[in-house]
Amino acid sequence: MAASFDRDARTALADGQLRGALRQATDLFAERRRAALATVPDWEGARDRARAIKDETLLHLDRYLEQFTTNAERAGARVHWARDAAEACEIIGRIAEQRGARSVVKSKSMASEEIHLNERLARRGIEPVETDLGEYIVQLAGETPSHIVVPAIHKTKAQIAALFAEKLGIELSDDVATLAAAARQALRRRFAEADLGISGVNFAVAETGTILILENEGNARLTTSLPRTHVALMGIEKVIPRFADLEVFLQLLPRSGTGQVLTAYQSLITGTKRRPEDEGPEQLDIVVMDNGRSRMLASALTRQSLACIRCGACLNACPVYRQIGGHAYGSVYPGPIGAIVTPQLFGLAQSSALPYASSLCGACRDVCPVKIDIPAVLLHLRAQVVERRAGSGGALERLAFSAYAAVMARPRLFECLVRGVRTLGILPPLRAWTKWRDLRPLAPHSFREQWRARLRDPAAP
Amino acid sequence: MRVSLFVTCLADQFWPAAAVSAVELLRGLGCTVGFDERQTCCGQPAFNTGYRREARSLARRLIEIFESSGADAIVSPSGSCTAMLHHYEQLFEDEDWRTRARQLAQRTHELSAFLVNCLGVEDVGAAFSGRLTWHDACHGLRDLGIRNEPRRLLRHVKGAELVELPNAETCCGFGGTFAVKYPEVSVAMLDEKVDAIERAGVDAVVSGDAGCLMQIGGRLSRRGSSVRALHLAEVLASREARGGPHGR
Ligand code: SF4
Repeated sequence: MAASFDRDARTALADGQLRGALRQATDLFAERRRAALATVPDWEGARDRARAIKDETLLHLDRYLEQFTTNAERAGARVHWARDAAEACEIIGRIAEQRGARSVVKSKSMASEEIHLNERLARRGIEPVETDLGEYIVQLAGETPSHIVVPAIHKTKAQIAALFAEKLGIELSDDVATLAAAARQALRRRFAEADLGISGVNFAVAETGTILILENEGNARLTTSLPRTHVALMGIEKVIPRFADLEVFLQLLPRSGTGQVLTAYQSLITGTKRRPEDEGPEQLDIVVMDNGRSRMLASALTRQSLACIRCGACLNACPVYRQIGGHAYGSVYPGPIGAIVTPQLFGLAQSSALPYASSLCGACRDVCPVKIDIPAVLLHLRAQVVERRAGSGGALERLAFSAYAAVMARPRLFECLVRGVRTLGILPPLRAWTKWRDLRPLAPHSFREQWRARLRDPAAP
Repeated sequence: MRVSLFVTCLADQFWPAAAVSAVELLRGLGCTVGFDERQTCCGQPAFNTGYRREARSLARRLIEIFESSGADAIVSPSGSCTAMLHHYEQLFEDEDWRTRARQLAQRTHELSAFLVNCLGVEDVGAAFSGRLTWHDACHGLRDLGIRNEPRRLLRHVKGAELVELPNAETCCGFGGTFAVKYPEVSVAMLDEKVDAIERAGVDAVVSGDAGCLMQIGGRLSRRGSSVRALHLAEVLASREARGGPHGR
């Protein structure tokens, strides 16, 4: 992965359709977000409150997870703890087999992407169908999501039309309603025959054992209520202490993500159905997964990475993401949040390029509803790359920075060197700059020379 | 007010007009201006690339240099390098250095913020004829919260018309080593900025950081544009209603 960010970013830059789609979508979401923020009287206050709740939870995560487990089980759910991806997949695979599931539907879940659940289940002969429209498109195309909220953001309408014509056998049409109707029709059949539904979780309330799922298409509602069995997969960081805490997160998440005041559906699920006339599945399994997350608890700086509510705002605001999209990051989590969680979840060695995939402009920090200081975490990870010699820079880069520090500590030497470069007209090998940009020449007289010559003594003419 | 100038290595060697202008401006406003020739680089390139040890050694130097200046304020014609000084504290573990770093940060100001917030000046008596636009350099904007100060100063420049870019606050793609580490991505970001500047029909794009100016100016001239890239201090020190600021 380390060597490929550069290559994949360049591939993305050469793809005019991709860049057009990205520009249009990120502009639209940023615009809607701005409008939606205006409807909250105290946005900054809401951000602070949300972050404080997350900080408190993360500080006592073990306690809140136990409380959640106890209360979810009391309501009739079965809670499984998974240390890593393999365990989570194994647990879900076994549940599917025990329940004799033949047809599985799935609503959007980044955690399931993270552990490559579909692939693992396919090895057991189980093939879940994605029911979120974006995920469905990506699955039909045999691709992976390129955005954590808008999985098919990289595709144009025309590309989706061609895909549907080929895979669903409909007539070529770029009418959004026609395309959505075709998907709906195909998916409705799958819902009708599904005997197991897999979903993600946006928030898990410790106090009540409730899980909350936000969505806009109603597919998550169907996934979690029609089949006999519902399996919900969540990372350990999804838990929040109190039911009342949802209030602030519901203000922040939809506004930040899609610029909506509220998503079209909010499914609050507490346990299984109790009486025969109740709706919902007979069995609810909640898989609580660590998969590298607890490592981030070690310090306050890295811990904030777990405060993320996966709204996607930092992707839309990121000028790098806006140019190259998600696939170049080579991770299920792209963009600014991906650049900090990918190395922490999956190891710095395979993703040492990601902390550098940023100009450190700070736009992500500005929009983040839980005020994660992403640039600070990026800088921390860069220092780790250097410390562990995990980067691609190697010995040459280390040498260059020692030389730089040595020269900069010696002002006379620094001045001599620059003067040498200036008079001899030697240009350092800066093709990476000069291929696209003119290089401003060194000034004929540096400031320090002008200072000595005429500025130091202001009385002199 | 005694001011010690923190020139930054980029301005020193590539954009001395910014620092010369800063000296003139500050002296014109009654400040005593000093410059310690031992200063070089603040260590930001090392810090931003992950070389903390190298950054720390340069941070120690600069802290000592500015402590010895006895100045009331350290002023810099760069938001980015000012922000770096504000980050110094996190480079150290021992309390003594942390305190010294914090005290330095409290005294260190970016030029436009110093003029407007510390000296209370918005009209510096500048004259410059032409249409200007302001590019918000990221660290000044987001690390230091400088948004209105340069705009207020520019609005008081006689003969100048300030035009806003729709993407004034979007990164130009410089990002220090980022510009050469991922040059294609950097230039893709840059082109959106430069497109907007050209559409705005301005005579010059003005900013507060030599890094951004080299990035934007380098692309403008490569594209054959006649729009100039100017440092804020150059415009503020300009006294000519015609012909723009004095030379480099
Ligand atoms: S880091 Fe912040 S802005 Fe980015 S997805 Fe997470 S919560 Fe949203």
